[in-house]
Amino acid sequence: MVTEASPIKLEIKDLAVSYGGQTAISGVNLSIREHEIFGIIGPANAGKTSFLKAINRMDMFDTNMQVEGNVLFNGQDVRKWRNVYALRSRIGVVFPLPVGLPMSVYDNVALSPQLRGIKEKAELDVIVERCLTRAALWDEVKDRLDTLGSLLSGGQQQRLTIARALSQEPELLILDEFSIAVDPVTTMRIEDVLKELKSEMTIILVTNLVQQARRLADRTAFFLDGECVEIAETEALFTRQASDSRTRDYVEGRFG
Amino acid sequence: MLAPSNLSSGCDQAFDQRNLDWYIDKAVQVVVFMGGISAIIFIVGIFLFITKEGMGFLIDTLDLQEFFGSPYWEPSDEDAPEYGILALMAGTASVTGLAMLIAIPFSLGTAIYIAEFATGKTREWLKILVELLAAIPSVVWGFIGLTIMNPLIIELFDVPVGLTVLNAGIILGLMAAPIMTSIAEDALKAVPDRYREAAEAMGATRWQVVFKTVLPAAKNGLLGAILLGVGRGFGETMAVLMATGHAVNIPGSVFDSVRALTATIAAELGETAVGSDHYQVLFTIGIFLFLITFLINLTADLIVRGIRKS
Repeated sequence: MVTEASPIKLEIKDLAVSYGGQTAISGVNLSIREHEIFGIIGPANAGKTSFLKAINRMDMFDTNMQVEGNVLFNGQDVRKWRNVYALRSRIGVVFPLPVGLPMSVYDNVALSPQLRGIKEKAELDVIVERCLTRAALWDEVKDRLDTLGSLLSGGQQQRLTIARALSQEPELLILDEFSIAVDPVTTMRIEDVLKELKSEMTIILVTNLVQQARRLADRTAFFLDGECVEIAETEALFTRQASDSRTRDYVEGRFG
Repeated sequence: MLAPSNLSSGCDQAFDQRNLDWYIDKAVQVVVFMGGISAIIFIVGIFLFITKEGMGFLIDTLDLQEFFGSPYWEPSDEDAPEYGILALMAGTASVTGLAMLIAIPFSLGTAIYIAEFATGKTREWLKILVELLAAIPSVVWGFIGLTIMNPLIIELFDVPVGLTVLNAGIILGLMAAPIMTSIAEDALKAVPDRYREAAEAMGATRWQVVFKTVLPAAKNGLLGAILLGVGRGFGETMAVLMATGHAVNIPGSVFDSVRALTATIAAELGETAVGSDHYQVLFTIGIFLFLITFLINLTADLIVRGIRKS
């Protein structure tokens, strides 16, 4: 159970992200506790994805993107980690659009363990099966593990992406609107898995479906126009106790 | 004609009217069609022409066993001319082979650096330089082979002649590398960035991303680049003519002079009487080169299709 006393996994201080002078988010301060599912809701353009990119240093891909403030992962500033690859391998990310890498389904999931140095086929087999099962994909692909990952359907690729993130055995799992390409039934199955995963890792769940945040998240933050409007216990946020009127309007579906 | 109702007459007229847009569209279609089909017409035309010039000799006089099996090329001997292209094939193959040995690692390395590692100004400048290199005329490369490489090889390896397989292979390799680099870089650029981001988000290093994700995804294009280089090697004439030493010889080492098929045609065609046996045998070599190029392209196509299917 996550309590006030749980250790802090990720601490964000005065985070601001801009693209060539255009501010995407600014003044974000929040702490995410270990073994917490932290929900982030908000309409498009609220800066949710920019926020995520700053966490695992994806800004390095985009020379246009400027990050200010501090992101502390396990108390250490991610911008001062010399080995950014080691940082990223401890943070699993599931992107909103599924990306099946152009290699076999098996290799998609075995890649990260292999990068970690696991070579035994038997050991890899176990990891691949476990991760695919958790991502609710095993039954559909177990007979064709050597087809190209990029040839799976959109929803399958999305679950493959989740399996791949799990294969990293991450300390922090970031899901950016994972259910966009997944049907409702599968979404529920993955949600159940996420609840189990809580005991092993910390999860940040960015979602367009406010009810998904309500079902899963311990605490939820509401982002709007590059600003973190409010952070609260999820139940409080959804039961008319949100302190900001914009949050209340959003969770009740009056805009966004 | 039936009198149309008021309501539909306006419509009918609009449907029936061939306005300027309609004519422009038709004209463009015709022009584009001509452009498209001209490639086929030219290829068939060229093939017919070289076949017509070489076919008579190929059927009546030529002994195929001698043609492919004999290393003796003495077409201007008046008493007993010999038409064996074995040595010429060996010359072309050895020079092209060595050239690819040099060009493939060079071009793939450069392409990977430009596409995956270089950023900003460095990348832009490198691309411009590579394109500049690709535009150097082959006679200039031949000149470099003749005046720089030749004495260099003689001095470095203490051999009597510097116009050798080594010389031509290096020259041809350096010549083919820029264009191969350019094609290979396009192939790498065509790999969507989301693959790189996904792999890199998992904690893969740049090299792991390139090796595990980008190269497999780009392999068709990379293969295309390599085969284009091979084709270039087979077809190149001037630089090879200048740098090989142009001696009919089956090479025993890279320090032997050789002569290439293309260079033979270029050097001898002007001195033969039109219609003579010598003239015709050169066209037969032309047919042979044409078929080889065709085969290389066909193989490339089949391999690429095969990869795509699996």
